[in-house]
Amino acid sequence: MAKIIVDPVTRIEGHLKLEVEVENNVVVDAWTGGTLWRGFELILQGRDARDAQQLVQRICGVCPVSHATAGAMALDDAMGIEPPPNGRIIRNLILGSNYMHSHILHFFHLAALDYVKGPDIAPFKPRYEADYRLPADINAQAVDIYLEALTIRRKAHEMGAIWGGRLPHVQSIVPGGVSEVPDTSKIYKFLNYLEEIQAFIDNKYIPLVKTVAEYYSDWFSIGTGCQNFLCYGSFPLEEGRDHVKKKKFWDSGIYLRGQYRELDPAVITEEVTYSWYEDDTDGNTPDVAVVTPNAKKKGAYSWLKSPRYNGEAMEVGPLARQWVNKNPDVLALGDKAFSVMGRHFARAVEASQLAKAMKEWVLQLEPGQPVCTPHELPKKEVVGVGLCEGSRGALGHWHRISADGRTKVYNAVVPTTWNSGPRTGSGAATVRGPMEQAIIGTRVADPANPVELVRIVRSFDPCYGCAIHVMTPNGKTLSQFVVS
Amino acid sequence: MSTKLSRREFLKMCAGSAAAISLAGYLAPFMKEAVAAGAPPVIWIQGASCTGCSVSLLNTVHPDIKEVLTKVISLTYHPNISAAAGDLAIKEAIYKVAETNPKNFFLVVEGAVPMGADGLYCTVGEEGHEPLVFKKLLTDIGSKAKAILNFGTCSAYGGVPATDPNPTDCKPVSAVVKNVPLVNVPGCPPHPDWMVGTIAHVLLYGDIPELDAFGRPKMFFEKIVHDNCQRRQYFDNAIFAKTFGEMGCMLELGCKGPFAHCDAMNRMWNQGNNWCVGCGGVCIGCTEPQFPGWPMYERLPEMPVGPATAVTADQIGIVLGAATALGIAGHLAGNVLTGRIGPKKADKSKEGEA
Repeated sequence: MAKIIVDPVTRIEGHLKLEVEVENNVVVDAWTGGTLWRGFELILQGRDARDAQQLVQRICGVCPVSHATAGAMALDDAMGIEPPPNGRIIRNLILGSNYMHSHILHFFHLAALDYVKGPDIAPFKPRYEADYRLPADINAQAVDIYLEALTIRRKAHEMGAIWGGRLPHVQSIVPGGVSEVPDTSKIYKFLNYLEEIQAFIDNKYIPLVKTVAEYYSDWFSIGTGCQNFLCYGSFPLEEGRDHVKKKKFWDSGIYLRGQYRELDPAVITEEVTYSWYEDDTDGNTPDVAVVTPNAKKKGAYSWLKSPRYNGEAMEVGPLARQWVNKNPDVLALGDKAFSVMGRHFARAVEASQLAKAMKEWVLQLEPGQPVCTPHELPKKEVVGVGLCEGSRGALGHWHRISADGRTKVYNAVVPTTWNSGPRTGSGAATVRGPMEQAIIGTRVADPANPVELVRIVRSFDPCYGCAIHVMTPNGKTLSQFVVS
Repeated sequence: MSTKLSRREFLKMCAGSAAAISLAGYLAPFMKEAVAAGAPPVIWIQGASCTGCSVSLLNTVHPDIKEVLTKVISLTYHPNISAAAGDLAIKEAIYKVAETNPKNFFLVVEGAVPMGADGLYCTVGEEGHEPLVFKKLLTDIGSKAKAILNFGTCSAYGGVPATDPNPTDCKPVSAVVKNVPLVNVPGCPPHPDWMVGTIAHVLLYGDIPELDAFGRPKMFFEKIVHDNCQRRQYFDNAIFAKTFGEMGCMLELGCKGPFAHCDAMNRMWNQGNNWCVGCGGVCIGCTEPQFPGWPMYERLPEMPVGPATAVTADQIGIVLGAATALGIAGHLAGNVLTGRIGPKKADKSKEGEA
């Protein structure tokens, strides 16, 4: 038996380490571990509760808007208010713009170099070679689109800044709605940007994903995962304070062991069995849990916690969203959807779907009408929950606020912990996270160049930096190598 | 380093760059020249960060980031862009470049430096079978750099991860690497022009730009937001917004513009589309050393400047140590005294412990 480790894996956001055990070139076990901890939960404690939606954006510079949205929703919920229609729509537009930026960044600048050979210049060199299969002319075209995507991604941010103030890290999302007011010039400026971005998605992004899928069709059966999906739903289309049931562009739902079900947030827990935290948290539901870090905890291998739905590991992200919402293009793939290519395909398809919808939403804005509901923190202890869909998947913020208006407990349960949190339980009762499950069983053709593993990791669009080593059963390293 | 662009022209260009003009576009040809003439390589590393500074750099306009990366600066390693990973990244793209170019490469640091738990809160790779902690990587190569450019408030001053109770004992780069020239380009995130302009200065002239008392290039951080704010007229007329979405000065809603130093109100963000107060939000003072040690949505006069410190507007002026800031503080205090800004009941339980 051999072990593979890559450290650091680049072209993903943040810090992650991946370690696998290989027998006869097939992965028999896998460990995914996040290697950066900053302690946001503790930094927020004791602060003015309203600061949360600003500070939580700093969790991630690639998807700050998702955190701002969930953070503001949790505050809305705690204060018992909701944004007026303009506020709801503008929040949707800012989040939607960030989706455009994030999906394009992910496919082209983080994932594509696994399939498309980059230009022969730094920082694209030095690199390790993968099995690049695209014919030279198609590859050259793909490189052109890669470069064009740099501009389009930037424009997605510019589009979002029309309503958000600036990106990354927006200023206009506040409890009760937003601070930016709509007018016709902003609406048409936004539409202009959207037109160009949608054309890129429909004419370049989706066709390129389809072309790559054609040449790498075996990747429709690699990286299957747990096949349980969770979606909180996002982009509310109507007013109402029930975030689970109200009508959204993508509705909430669960797909568990082949069955579609309604979402029940009450059964969500976070486990720390193999995480670098003391086991004695004050309970494992996110409205009460407070972590104590222990960087030297025995047996632990990640700073990520392990969210579970009624004890089950659930995959989140574009594939989960589209499967739960029965997107016909994704359902048409059948079992092939549960794969590396299925994830890339679902991401591209939903980008187009969302761009189209935003065109309608922006025209529903009513200049002159309010954008924000005046608010005040209640003078008693309250818990607010904000559930939405970040570009990478289901994102939930749980915020317990004390009677003096300060944060008592804060927990952000993020998509990457759902997808690549460490295992829970032990022995036969072990439940591995979706990413670990997706990696196990994978055939690694050349253990000195395990491109298969990072392709699976990147298909989840994870949010951290990552490492893989190859070792013999007695722990001796066979070869140390890196995969790009 | 010789270039056809004089320092005077350069500074004028940087300080004056308004929203409509692209700094990077103007500078690109000069920087290409400098790189062709053998300008030092640049290595970019990330510690306790959110990648927001890198994402912000990607927002640079004309030429596109691809040109900045591949032609304008010689970027040998960046964790989000580099094709190299693992050992190849650590050994070839970082250590080897540092060792073969002693005192002749620039190091960009994004993110604070976690010192707690022997640095284990942030590991960036492996060395032998041991985790390579960020603290060690920074010490190893930082001391060999010609200068270190701290991009973002975290590497410059500690920023968000170093906020009380500072769970990972995060420090700014200046507390870890000594005797190497440092430039702080704060902001959460910094504007792409501030980063590109600072890189341009070091590449074109081979030394660091003129800095203020907090190590920030004066060409970008000399102005005070409040002095140049588009809503300044409201302040002078004592019209204050009471809720978001209203017209008026944002002071009552927590704006930190009166003591925040940057030029975002002139330069604007994202191709000149908007900026923090432009969208009706408040300035959160993200370029200041104490960020985010204050409540974002509490009004200024009772604001603590550091953890557990409540001060008056005058003291804020003293802390800033700048004549302009004192002027502002005096101006504010004057308004408070004359009742134009109603004094808010001091509530000690609501401040100072953030």
